[in-house]
Amino acid sequence: MSYCKQEGKDRIIFVTKEDHEAPSNAELIEDDPNDPYEDHGLILPNGDINWNCPCLGGMASGPCGQQFKDAFSCFHYSKEEVKGSDCVENFRSMQECMQKYPELYPQEDDNDSAPSGGADNAPTASTSTDSLPTSSPDSTPAATENPAAS
Amino acid sequence: MFKCKAVWNKLAPLVRASSTLCLQNARKSVLRHGRRLEMVQKAQMSSGPAGGGGENTLYYVLVGATCLGTGVYAYRTVSGDKERYNERMIDLVNRPKQGPRAAEAVKPVEEPTLTEAPVEEPLVTEAVVEFTESEPVTEPLVEASIPEPTVETLVTESVVEASVPESIIEVSVTEPVAEAPAVTQSEEPLASVVESETEPTPVIITAHVPEASPVSESAAVSEPAPAAEPVESTAAHSDVPEHAPYLLIGGGTASFAAARSIRARDPGARVLIVTEESELPYMRPPLSKELWFSDDPKATETLSFKQWNGKERSIYFQPPSFYVSPTDLAKVENGGVAVLTGRKVVHMDVRENKVKLSDGAEISYEKCLIATGGVPRNLQVIDRAGEEVMKRTTLFRKIEDFRSLEKISREVKSITIIGGGFLGSELACALGRRSTDLGLEVIQMFPEKGNMGKVLPEYLSNWTTEKVRKEGVNIIMDAVVKNVSYKNDKLEIKLKDGRLIETDHVVAAVGLEPSVELAKSAGLEVDSDFGGYRVNAELQARSNIWVAGDAACFYDIKLGRRRVEHHDHAVVSGRLAGENMTGASKPYWHQSMFWSDLGPDVGYEAIGIVDSSLPTVGVFAKATAKDTPKAATEQSGTGIRSESETEAVAVTLKAETTAPPPPVQQKEDYGKGVVFYLRDNVVVGIVLWNVFNRMPIARKIIKDGEQHADLNEVAKLFNIHED
Repeated sequence: MSYCKQEGKDRIIFVTKEDHEAPSNAELIEDDPNDPYEDHGLILPNGDINWNCPCLGGMASGPCGQQFKDAFSCFHYSKEEVKGSDCVENFRSMQECMQKYPELYPQEDDNDSAPSGGADNAPTASTSTDSLPTSSPDSTPAATENPAAS
Repeated sequence: MFKCKAVWNKLAPLVRASSTLCLQNARKSVLRHGRRLEMVQKAQMSSGPAGGGGENTLYYVLVGATCLGTGVYAYRTVSGDKERYNERMIDLVNRPKQGPRAAEAVKPVEEPTLTEAPVEEPLVTEAVVEFTESEPVTEPLVEASIPEPTVETLVTESVVEASVPESIIEVSVTEPVAEAPAVTQSEEPLASVVESETEPTPVIITAHVPEASPVSESAAVSEPAPAAEPVESTAAHSDVPEHAPYLLIGGGTASFAAARSIRARDPGARVLIVTEESELPYMRPPLSKELWFSDDPKATETLSFKQWNGKERSIYFQPPSFYVSPTDLAKVENGGVAVLTGRKVVHMDVRENKVKLSDGAEISYEKCLIATGGVPRNLQVIDRAGEEVMKRTTLFRKIEDFRSLEKISREVKSITIIGGGFLGSELACALGRRSTDLGLEVIQMFPEKGNMGKVLPEYLSNWTTEKVRKEGVNIIMDAVVKNVSYKNDKLEIKLKDGRLIETDHVVAAVGLEPSVELAKSAGLEVDSDFGGYRVNAELQARSNIWVAGDAACFYDIKLGRRRVEHHDHAVVSGRLAGENMTGASKPYWHQSMFWSDLGPDVGYEAIGIVDSSLPTVGVFAKATAKDTPKAATEQSGTGIRSESETEAVAVTLKAETTAPPPPVQQKEDYGKGVVFYLRDNVVVGIVLWNVFNRMPIARKIIKDGEQHADLNEVAKLFNIHED
């Protein structure tokens, strides 16, 4: 049974599970999907990749950022049947670059996980708004960790 | 007047005399002529005062010649002067441009002149120049032609030639055709000009050489330079780039977030971070949380902590290999982020778009971010208490403060924390956890009635205080420190109400003073209510200058003007500033959140304006054993509770895997719930008390800014009974 008490200016309500079973009648304002101010996930409303998405960690901004952007863009816009199969060259140069910085991009997995990581990221990102449960901290390799975490 | 009159008086008789004389002569000559004309018409004798005919001619010839000579001389002098003047003007105009050209000019000139160093002779390497007036000149005048005909520079070789100490050679590199005649004529006067400029030129050159040329060239120039001065100044500044398209002042969380944002949006961007600290950018929350709970004895050295999934991570945002060295920043192909440590920006010139560092180096920029954060405040009584007390006081903010406090906690018997806010309470819990192992007494004192007294409503604050007590902390409430003194190898704290506390070490966690030292030189506004630089909703202070993080007092479109000192705000505002520096023009819109954990039982996340002076409405459910921060991290599968919010946020505590959470036995059971903070009946702040992963809903409610009639209905949106 819920009850309520007042302590000075503060009001306290205790509720049971049953009290909260009925759906809420609180009104929330409809979200505008094209709101220019709003933060977006990995994919912007116009279909472009949001390189500033926290979900990418430091991938787009590090020393191999340019190679990563090229590879991932190619993958994203790839119209091949096996998505990304026309981007092997880009991924190869990305991996070459990453091998030069083993501290930043630990080479536990191959670049095989990178395209699959991209595939995982794209659909999950489009469904979430501003949060990605698979976002990983900076120093861990985002490309290799993301598929594992998701 | 008198003088004139005197002179006139003197002259007047003379004038009269001469005039009468003239008249007499005139009459005489007329009469004479008249008589002569009558008498002799043949011979013309000009015996008049004007002189004879022959004499007249000679006279006229002499006068004419003199006039002609004078005219010629005057013409030559005037035209020579004009040429000299023109050349001088060109020299003066070129002198400021002398820098970059100087390096180029000096190099090729080096070879020909060095071979002739000991010889003081006019050295002409250019055939175009004609020496019509070649007198032995004490100053050898060297003229060299440089492949670029358009280059006009003035370089002194005092820097280059070591063995010619006295002479200063001015090398005029001129356009071969046009200036040659001028050069020949002006050679002599130029020599004299050179002489007179003996003093200023060395000064000018030494000042220019370090500044002008890029680092690689200045290194080459300074090698042959004999004077120690130019070499030293170039060496000291040699690792400071002269120009950075994106300059970020401050090397903390906001700065790093901005750097990342800029690099993501502007491909190939070159970002320079200048920080006073000697460390690369790192995150602060673990310094008062995870690092204290780590099992790893080496944690203080490595500054790594274990996350829930066993994976180690460092508090540094990126390892050193991520960054480019400042000297390479201008050259590296795809740009990068460089960090200049141990340097403070002391002066900012907004008109010229450049800053000056503590070592005198100057860096010009195109876009600048000020993310200087702040310094911990101190109590006045401690400031005035003397050196012995100051030695035993920690103002906690940086890595070195963490290391020193960690060491001290193992050495002393009693530590007192002054301050009951986030930092004070977290440190109290962290130290309290160690108290039994180390035999350490931990005291926490503050003027409020309970921990987080300025943040949480009273009932929750009291509940929190109990929790902190259970962590082993001796809490003294309503404590206003009046005096701190050093007695018998202990610190004695005297409170206003007379209580006396003896302790070995004090940690002052009484707030942060935003660092606004650049406001004066940059002409930036400082906010009088909140402190910090006053910026608009897009975090801009002036054109090309943005401010983010703890130091920014910004306009929040939804909640009004404020200044926020939390980690997530630093990330969000840093990222926004970076976006706006690359042309986004977005206002502060994504509301930042914060969190705190006080022991394994109490954890909360909050968003918006969370001020205990506002009226609140709290909706609570009974907590089960599952509702703890620990459980939340395990279930959601996110090692970092706030990972869903930002990527670089510290982990929640996860230290105690052995002991189960103690059962909650309270009078009032505030297990889990939601607290709404209201301003004019609109929800401006929300605390999620032991409910996790609901932040997006809370954010939405604040964004809407609606007046809700029944907040219980709003609370239903959070499903507080579920996990």
